[in-house]
Amino acid sequence: MQLIDTPHGRLTLDPATLMLGELLVTDEGAELEVVGLEPLRFELAPEEAEDWGE
Amino acid sequence: MTDSVAVVYDRLREEERLLFDAFERVGVPCTPLYAATIAIELGAAAPAVVLQRCVSQWRGLSLARAYQAAGSVVLNRPEVIEVCGDKLATSAALVRHGVPTPRTSVAVDRDAALAEAERLGYPVVIKPLVGSWGRLVARLESRAAAEALLEYKEVLGGPEHKVHYLQEYIDKPGRDVRAFVIGDEVVAAIYRTSDDWITNTARGGVASNCPLTEDLIAVTLGAARAVGGGILAIDLVESARGLLVIEVNHTMEFRNSITTTGVDIPGLIARHAAAQLELVA
Repeated sequence: MQLIDTPHGRLTLDPATLMLGELLVTDEGAELEVVGLEPLRFELAPEEAEDWGE
Repeated sequence: MTDSVAVVYDRLREEERLLFDAFERVGVPCTPLYAATIAIELGAAAPAVVLQRCVSQWRGLSLARAYQAAGSVVLNRPEVIEVCGDKLATSAALVRHGVPTPRTSVAVDRDAALAEAERLGYPVVIKPLVGSWGRLVARLESRAAAEALLEYKEVLGGPEHKVHYLQEYIDKPGRDVRAFVIGDEVVAAIYRTSDDWITNTARGGVASNCPLTEDLIAVTLGAARAVGGGILAIDLVESARGLLVIEVNHTMEFRNSITTTGVDIPGLIARHAAAQLELVA
């Protein structure tokens, strides 16, 4: 496991198992989306949009 | 054309993980494709089969069109997404094909909508044309409530909010039914039970197994065919007039329905995609 500091808090993760689009929650409660793997990049996950659904 | 199944997704939900596992279990090569990284030249080489799993309808529809143009077999086809992603288009398809559904009206003006709500009788249900998980669905108990809500809708920006989709309220027995269709088969169904009139499991509805009766299978398959078929979740309500189809979902969620029904829904989806792969090989 690896600790990563982000502007929105700290993440504990295993980089080997991460997938693009995965959602992670920081120790400050922010929801981040994995948007890049090499290098690792995160963005604040978008909130539910009007066209989201099943 | 590559001989694999690509799973196109934007948000990695439990369902997508279950699908990736299922493809591995059934021994079908599967390539996860994160939507944000995709740019396709129309007509360029593409995966033989594409399973579209985006939660964003516009993203999913756009990519489905692009992959279809490239020659991929897309599950579900963009034509199906267009119908299922628009409640009015879904209702129109159901009515056109004689599938039982609640009385539904459309109005493109506030006063016309109010008059139609009076005609349908309160309570009446108003829904956005696009949306899911019970979002922005409202039960209007009176003309005063309808006036207030329609006023809010009128000042919302988009043109879609000027189209008012009204539906008779069905006094269901504290539950509705979700039936899962894969290809030509109804593979499972659940009851969604809730004290709330909106019974979506995303809104706290509790899932339990629903037996597949002849009637349920017939109505469900009728609805699936009406929208163009594919991998679909059909929502139905039990009423005095029998089963009525409420909506059809084209990127179905099933995490709460595998243990509940004992049916390996992701495995069946993977096998269905694999069968399409064999057909195009």
